[in-house]
Amino acid sequence: MSVMDSLRIALAALRTNLLRSVLTTLGIIIGVGSVIVMVAVGAGARSEVDRQIASLGSQMLVVMPGSSRVFGRAGGAGTTLPLSEADMLAIRDKVPGVAAISGLISGSAVLVRGNVNWTSNVNGVHDQYFLVRDWPTTEGREFTPEEVRSGARVVILGTTVVAKLFPDGASPLGETIRVKNVPFQVIGVLQSKGQSAFGSDQDDVIMMPINAARGRIVGRSQVVNNNVGRVHVKFDDDVDLAEAQEAIENLMRQRRRIQAGAEDDFSVRNLAEFMRARTAALSTMTSPLAATSAISLIVGGIGIMNIMLVSVTERTREIGLRMAVGGRRRDILRQFLVEAVALCVLGGLIGVALGTIVAASVAYSAQWPILISKEAIAIAMAAAAATGIVFGFFPARRAAHLNPIDALRSE
Amino acid sequence: MTANARHPATDPATNGCDVVVRVEAVSKVYRMGEQTVRALDGVSLTIRRGEFVAIMGPSGSGKSTMMNLIGALDVPTSGRLEIRGRNIAELSSDELADLRNRAIGFVFQQFNLLPRTTALGQVMLPLLYAAPRPSDPQALARRRLEQVELGDRLDHHPRQLSGGQQQRVAIARALVNNPTILLADEPTGALDSRTSEEIMRLFSRLNNDGITVILVTHEADIAAWARRRILFRDGRIIEDVEQPGKAADVVRSAAE
Repeated sequence: MSVMDSLRIALAALRTNLLRSVLTTLGIIIGVGSVIVMVAVGAGARSEVDRQIASLGSQMLVVMPGSSRVFGRAGGAGTTLPLSEADMLAIRDKVPGVAAISGLISGSAVLVRGNVNWTSNVNGVHDQYFLVRDWPTTEGREFTPEEVRSGARVVILGTTVVAKLFPDGASPLGETIRVKNVPFQVIGVLQSKGQSAFGSDQDDVIMMPINAARGRIVGRSQVVNNNVGRVHVKFDDDVDLAEAQEAIENLMRQRRRIQAGAEDDFSVRNLAEFMRARTAALSTMTSPLAATSAISLIVGGIGIMNIMLVSVTERTREIGLRMAVGGRRRDILRQFLVEAVALCVLGGLIGVALGTIVAASVAYSAQWPILISKEAIAIAMAAAAATGIVFGFFPARRAAHLNPIDALRSE
Repeated sequence: MTANARHPATDPATNGCDVVVRVEAVSKVYRMGEQTVRALDGVSLTIRRGEFVAIMGPSGSGKSTMMNLIGALDVPTSGRLEIRGRNIAELSSDELADLRNRAIGFVFQQFNLLPRTTALGQVMLPLLYAAPRPSDPQALARRRLEQVELGDRLDHHPRQLSGGQQQRVAIARALVNNPTILLADEPTGALDSRTSEEIMRLFSRLNNDGITVILVTHEADIAAWARRRILFRDGRIIEDVEQPGKAADVVRSAAE
């Protein structure tokens, strides 16, 4: 007797008691459904975090003046030295693997175009900033090194600013806007980045050459006359960021003449690392679901065992007949085992369907991508089938070890 | 084996002899708690190919135990019982199943048809467990149903068939694997007298075609169809006689 024969018999038996079969598989349905939801929500959350990490720019470190606030050390204002152009160039030239580097000073200013105005963030950056952040322009162009050096009065707008200042839909390229009453020419529009990890609108921004912003938007430092704010450094793909971080720290300690044992008065941060820590927090959200699915599969398995025992009792005569016409013990065992597995797989399919619906609605409300992986479905279905084998074995064994004479005589 | 069974004379399993069931000093003892029940007590018996035997006796006489042993559903406590030359005490559970599949066709009092299964499906059931599998089980099953004059009821379910028709489906099922022995346990017990006669006529016809028929019954007028009558009482054979058998009439009436 082949497995296909067993399957055909099993499906016919399940069809006979369709309602009972479906109700029996409730535990399996919930178990498999929660596996699907768990994996899909986990994957959705992870992909959202990955997207946010990507929007920060990959392989990037940020060097900031002042003490690290993470450790709560109060660095007095007078003791902190701003980072200068010279610091930035030293990092570029002395730390291996630097792909692009840019300073960033920021403030806010009123932008005026004709009779429209809007207050937005103004960033002063170097020409490589767009490369560092993986943030290209969709219209126009980026700054030239010459424009940065000379502090040319040119700006690149974020899409939110474009929408506010150019509500008529006109192309902003070549137009002049005033920033703190100084006229700037629009030379480009940035690609939209959407919300940041912290919910702020990353497109509500304008970029100008750092030398144009310094003194106009952000005050000049009293100590360093060409302060660069924070420095964003992008490394080549094969660079280990932890090593790069250490290299920058050593260089900066040297340049800022920090004694051995003294604390840094600057910090080097890996923002992607910070984001990943948040991912770990998100994954704890899904662990109750893992427990739910495990318990449901066990409870569901006991339900399967129960109904299979009922089925064996109900069909004792049939078992006796099958033995009388030549069914071997292993044929009977396989028939009932296949039936239990078919029951679990049926429940598993319903669970996958319901789990997908729940996962899709969670993803919809959290605005994540819907990620139902083939692997998750395969794992959940395998768990369901395994449940069928484990909990179907005892009833199947009982059927296979019936005495054919007693079985034939039973009512 | 299956091919050989179609040519009884050349079946090597019987060592060239036409004995299909050989029972030698067989006893069967059941243990029921403290008590032991001796259902069969040193029974010896030989049934040859083509015989039509009725096993009779009141309940508790051992006839059902004898039937279970001949049907390879059980093994004796002592003594030797051969079916087609094979001592069933030496066979494993799987080999017994295989022997039942090839050598014996069962017919039961309560028909034992599967619910919600067509007549064709019922008859194909033993072929499911046959090794090697026949190449066209449907055709075999259809031929057997035609043989019991149910060729027009192939896709009927048991509840759509009368008692006599259900029993004929069961007989077709018993015949489908070309068994040596047709073993019937009170085959007319659930049928009215007219239908009973119809079924007994069918057994006689099949017997005439060469199959060995062993019938277990407690009704004398059913046993009268057989050509040999064995009477059991208290686990022993108390009578074993040849008789003309109503089957002779059937052959005559078929010839007329």
